[in-house]
Amino acid sequence: MNFLNIFSKSQQSLKKQPTKDEAPSHWVKCPSCQSLMYYKEIENQNYVCPKCGFHLRINVNDRIKLLADEGSFVEYDADLEPVDPLHFVDKKSYKKRVEEGFKKTGRKSSVVSGECTMDGILTQLVVFDFSFMGGSLGSVEGEKIVRAVNRAIEKRCGLIIVSASGGARMQESTFSLMQMSKTSAALGKLAKEKLPYISVLSDPTMGGVSASFAMLGDVIIAEPGALIGFAGQRVIKQTIGSDLPEGFQRAEFLLEKGSIDMVVNRNELKKTLSDLMKLFLNN
Amino acid sequence: MATYLEFEKKIKEIQDNIIAAEVRRDEAAIEILQKQLEKEVAKTYKNLSPYQKLQLARHQDRPYALDYINMILEDKYELHGDRHFRDDPAIICYIGYINGEKTVVIGEQKGRGTKNKIRRNFGMPHPEGYRKALRVAKMAEKFNLPLLMLIDTPGAYPGLGAEERNQSEAIARNLLELAELDTPSVSIVIGEGGSGGALAIGVADKLAMMRYSVFSVISPEGCAAILWNDPAKVEAATNALKITSEDLKELGLIDDVIDEPLIGAHRDKEGAANALKNYYLEQLQELKGLSKEERMQKRYEKLTQVGAFKEASK
Ligand SMILES: [Zn+2]
Repeated sequence: MNFLNIFSKSQQSLKKQPTKDEAPSHWVKCPSCQSLMYYKEIENQNYVCPKCGFHLRINVNDRIKLLADEGSFVEYDADLEPVDPLHFVDKKSYKKRVEEGFKKTGRKSSVVSGECTMDGILTQLVVFDFSFMGGSLGSVEGEKIVRAVNRAIEKRCGLIIVSASGGARMQESTFSLMQMSKTSAALGKLAKEKLPYISVLSDPTMGGVSASFAMLGDVIIAEPGALIGFAGQRVIKQTIGSDLPEGFQRAEFLLEKGSIDMVVNRNELKKTLSDLMKLFLNN
Repeated sequence: MATYLEFEKKIKEIQDNIIAAEVRRDEAAIEILQKQLEKEVAKTYKNLSPYQKLQLARHQDRPYALDYINMILEDKYELHGDRHFRDDPAIICYIGYINGEKTVVIGEQKGRGTKNKIRRNFGMPHPEGYRKALRVAKMAEKFNLPLLMLIDTPGAYPGLGAEERNQSEAIARNLLELAELDTPSVSIVIGEGGSGGALAIGVADKLAMMRYSVFSVISPEGCAAILWNDPAKVEAATNALKITSEDLKELGLIDDVIDEPLIGAHRDKEGAANALKNYYLEQLQELKGLSKEERMQKRYEKLTQVGAFKEASK
């Protein structure tokens, strides 16, 4: 279930028929409490519903704006592009899907990687973009993460990865599978350097992403309500032949089971991250 | 009772005739039939499609991890449990000797027969299975023992308890820790290499596949359902995913293809076990020839250099 779709659909359907000299008004319906809000209002709240606290999905640019000090973010490795090593074609070709993702997001990767300061602290920041091929992990994404680790080691700073991903990218098959071990091995090196890595899990963080770097943080923080898990809910339902318990695989469930350190409201996220980095660094 | 796949029917026919000839003690007929069999095997198995290879990889007569262990590991002891939750029978750990070489073996184990299949959870490990594997791998490291890992799983188990106990973390932790393990390690896909659940014991100095094994990011069935929206497109998904040992060797994603008997491990278990053993011993000699630093450096480079992408500025 893609809340961004709900978001844009509700936006569409709620547009008044604009006359020539009337700007269209944009209204957003909260998927949880159904409240209607003017888009500026929810934007100012970083897409957290002011009525019920539901966390809508947030795009990659807004995420960077939320976390990086103003004007401090410098993107790296933006020119890495996927190739199609298997000439993969299902109902569409992989090439076509990349082109479609490019038209939608202006990028050929589900990862934006760069360097910024957060409350003045130098940090490598990697953010997943769920709107590009479901945030899937392929060769480009794995390479960007390894390079971010290397920059963190070189510059003696911490690393933050904000995940939003359905898992490994099937169109790259075993190449994408091996990005799991690639990124995990690199994080092992970062850990040996005693540099902090904080993993932020946003909705959703599943499959091969969950089962590699996302679960390897020194501290793991999830956003409220985020779906996090190894296996997809449909697969689990089929396997066990019954419905899933309420709240299963949600952030709060993982906190209760001891799988993550904290669930943090998006509006508190930057302060939490920079506070932790301050505690971990220069000791 | 041996199970024969559709494309093996002709081979079964000849084998049945050989048995009949043996009963008659008709030496001349046996000789002719043996030659026929050889020809038929060469013809059939040299032209298998990826989907047929997938069927072989999952064949129930194919040796499982425990079969290999029983054939190649001597004076052995089994080690149990993750020390936290329970012993997961879908992962087995042994210590013993392979041709005189002290070795720790970790394997994913499917079961035969309904009762055993259930006990082994169809070879689908829970988090405690991966944690047992890691505990034993660390023990191997502590005592400077080489590690042999045998991959054979449809995937890590997708269930309530597995998620509650953090299947994701168990797999991720193994990926990180096995990358750093400072003892020589060889991992071999003996049947099904199902996604992250396979990779969790697939991080090693050498990653090889038996000739008729497969290794895949998702099962072809799952891929067909998701990307084609049509579960019947399994064969198309199998082809597209490039999951056979030859394909993965050609793509540079594995180190070696092990020369399993042409007729398949399911028809020649001893032959397959010998091929696996010889491969392991060869690799072990090579790995022992490297210093620890060289070996670790090579492994790290191999793990972190994998990927296919282009860089516009280069
Ligand atoms: Zn709401």
